[in-house]
Amino acid sequence: MIRVLKTGLYSSIQDLGRHGYQDYGVPYSGVMDVYSASIANILLGNDVHAAVIEITMTGPILEFNCETSICISGADISPKINGTSIKLNKPILVKSGDVVSFGKLVSGFRSYLAVLGGFKTENVMNSYSMYQGITKQSTLFKNDELLIDTSLKGLGMKHAAIKVIKGHTTNQIEVFKGPEFYKLTKAQQDILVTQGFTISKENNRMAYQLNEPLANNLESIITSSVLPGTVQLTPSGKLIILMRDCQTTGGYPRVLQLKEASINILAQKFTGNTIYFNLM
Amino acid sequence: MSYELTYKPFGERSVLIEWPLGIDENILSDIIVFKEKIKTKNIKGIVELRSSYNSLLVIYDFVIDTFEDVVFILNQLYLRKKQDINFSPKQWKIPVCYEDTFAIDLKEMATEKGISQESIIKMHSSRVYTVYFIGFLPGFMYLGGLNEKLYTPRKSTPRLKVLKGTVAIGGGQTGIYPSESPGGWNIIGNSPVEFFNPQKELPCFANAGDKIVFKPISLKEYKDIKTLVDAGVYQLESEVIDD
Repeated sequence: MIRVLKTGLYSSIQDLGRHGYQDYGVPYSGVMDVYSASIANILLGNDVHAAVIEITMTGPILEFNCETSICISGADISPKINGTSIKLNKPILVKSGDVVSFGKLVSGFRSYLAVLGGFKTENVMNSYSMYQGITKQSTLFKNDELLIDTSLKGLGMKHAAIKVIKGHTTNQIEVFKGPEFYKLTKAQQDILVTQGFTISKENNRMAYQLNEPLANNLESIITSSVLPGTVQLTPSGKLIILMRDCQTTGGYPRVLQLKEASINILAQKFTGNTIYFNLM
Repeated sequence: MSYELTYKPFGERSVLIEWPLGIDENILSDIIVFKEKIKTKNIKGIVELRSSYNSLLVIYDFVIDTFEDVVFILNQLYLRKKQDINFSPKQWKIPVCYEDTFAIDLKEMATEKGISQESIIKMHSSRVYTVYFIGFLPGFMYLGGLNEKLYTPRKSTPRLKVLKGTVAIGGGQTGIYPSESPGGWNIIGNSPVEFFNPQKELPCFANAGDKIVFKPISLKEYKDIKTLVDAGVYQLESEVIDD
C-alpha cells in the first residue's frame, strides 16, 4: 500500500484507457503520454496496460508501506527517495517507510510513476483510469491509500535499459488532414500547417486550446465522432486540440487529426509552448 | 435503399464513413444496418464502431497502409443485400415530472410562446422520439422528433449546474442530462430514471434506433420511482417495436 501524503498539482491513476464504451458516450481517458507511461512499465517488466500515477507539473509526496520497485518516466520533476535524487527511466527498489517526493520541473510536463505489477485501485469498465462520473475519484486525494500487489518483490525488471527517444521533445506535431480540412481555403490550409501556434492557458486532460486564431467562416457540422488528437476549429477561429478525456462527439469542423505519437509529444507541452503542425 | 457513401481516413487507424448530410430516420436505419453487418461479419482488426447522425466511424487496431483496400472491403459489405440482421429496436416509456420544482424554465417558455404550460407538457409528452446516438456526456441521448412549436433557443448564459435527470429543450432538440453538468438548455422537467450506470454490463438501456416516449408523472410518483431506482429495483417499461 502507498499513502498519498501530498497530491501535487494534478495527479491521477491512469492506464491505457477505457475502450469499447464510446458508443455510450464514455471518453477513453488513459495516460496523456502513452509513450512515457509505457517506458516506465516496460522497464519494470510490467504489462504496458498496468495502471500508473500520472503526475502533472508538480509532484506528489508518497509514503510506501511495503517493499516494491518503481520506475519514473516522462517529465523530469526532480524525483527523490527520502530526499536523495533518483534517476528517470531506471527501476528503483523501494523499501517500506521510504518517501518518494518531487522537486523542480526540469523538462516536460507530465511524469509517470509505475510500480511493480501496477496500481490496483478502482477498476470500472475494464480500466483503472480515473474520470469524473465514471470512477468515484477523478484525482488523487491527500491520505488516499493506493493498493498494489505486495506479493511482488524486488526488481522485476526485464530490460536493464531502454534508450528513450530524443524526438519526444520536438515542437513538430505530425498531423493528417481532418474530415473537414478540404472545407478550408488554400490560404487557410497553408497558414494552419506552416504558422507556429502557442498553447493557451486553457489546457488540460480534455483539450488544449491554442492562442492564435485562424480566421474562418466555416459553419458547425452536424454532430459527429471525434477522437483524441482531433483539431477542431470553432466559429470564432479558435483551434482546439482534443486530448484523452475528450467527449466522443462534437459539432465543430475537424480540420486536422494528430498522429498518435504526436498526442504523446503534445502531452508534454504546456502554456506558452510553440508547436508547428507538420502535414504528413 | 442504398446511399452514395463517402469514405475518409481519420487519423492512422480509422475510416469515417459519411452519409448525405441531414437528420433523417432512413439514414439512421441504413447506418444501423451497415453497423450490424460489419459486426456480424467479424472483420479482423476492427476494434470499434461508432455511429452518429450521418456517419459511422470504423476503428482498426492496426495502422491502415492501403486505405483503398480497407474501403473496398467495407463497401462490398455495404452493397450486399440485407440478410440476417439481428436488430429489434425497442420503445422505452420514460417517466418525467414536469412540476414547478423541476420545470424552472417552463413558465418563461409558455409566456414567450403564448402557449399554456399544460399544452407544452402535452406537446412534449405526446411525441415518439428517435434515439440517433449517444454522445456529449456518458448516457446522453441525441433525440429526434421534437414538435417544431417547442423549438427554443439555448439560454444566452449556460447554467453552471444542471441536475441529474433534467429534461430540457435546446434549439430543435430535447434531451435528458444523465448526470449533473453545466448546461444551456431550457429546463422543463426531471426524470428519476438512471440513464447511465458504469457498473452495469450495458451502461445505457437505450441504443441508437430505439424510440423514447415521455410519460408525465406527479411529484409523488417521482419520489416513489426515485426510491425504487435508488434501491436498484425499478424496472423501466419497454416494448419491442414491430416493423
